Amino acid sequence: MILTEYYIFLGTGLFIIGVIGVLTRRNVLIILMSIELILNAVNINLMAFSQYFKSVDGQVFAIFVITDAAAEAAVGLGLIIAFFRNKETVNADEIDLLKW
Amino acid sequence: MLELATFVVLSVVMLVSAILVITRRNAVHSVIWLIVTLFSVGGIFLLQHAEFLFAVQIILYVGGIMVLFLFVVMLVDIDVSLKQARFARQWPVALLTAVLLLGILGFALYNHAQGLNLPAQPMTSAPAQNTQAVGMALYQNYMLPVEIASVLLLVAMVGAVIMAKRKLQ
Repeated sequence: MILTEYYIFLGTGLFIIGVIGVLTRRNVLIILMSIELILNAVNINLMAFSQYFKSVDGQVFAIFVITDAAAEAAVGLGLIIAFFRNKETVNADEIDLLKW
Repeated sequence: MLELATFVVLSVVMLVSAILVITRRNAVHSVIWLIVTLFSVGGIFLLQHAEFLFAVQIILYVGGIMVLFLFVVMLVDIDVSLKQARFARQWPVALLTAVLLLGILGFALYNHAQGLNLPAQPMTSAPAQNTQAVGMALYQNYMLPVEIASVLLLVAMVGAVIMAKRKLQ
């Protein structure tokens, strides 16, 4: 018997790990991967409540979250390739073209 | 009992590999550990009787997005980044912020777990046709959001192509 709270705690843990990854790493690719971790934490929570309320709506929203993750990965990786071609770096603290 | 044991094993694998994702120096190793994390998230979906989402997770995430990541990681120069610092200058502040966030979330969840008012519901037998139920919901109640999501994917596809193009005409 798994309580719904356990899923929420698990989702919180995964979310925090993703936040730490986004805030501390320099490599933009790892930051994108951390965003995937955060989106998966969201999915776990959606699924937990979907199961709790015996409703399929949570699963439908999880599908939309996965769609967003795919779109974000495609655009983000396209940006990284375009940037690497110009500046030869993928470090977040060296991407400062817009800094005055 | 077996269910709980499976849950604990999957959670431990998920959290440990997630920590490895954000600490490895080599981005290829990070991708591999992210794949392990996504597999265990898929296992959690299976525990929650979301069989269709499990299949989507494996096919789309592990099969699609992760291969895309692996391509790009190997396209950009990994030898240089192996010699550079892994963490940004602001990492102590960032870690403090994250720990504070964890403290707030943990405090709220721990104190109000009863306030959430989630009495344990008896496990009914799993709905036999999960895929059918999801399909019905997607194409009846959520028709407009599905169309919007498809437009979003189209925009993302065009955007990715434009961005990765060498020269704009």
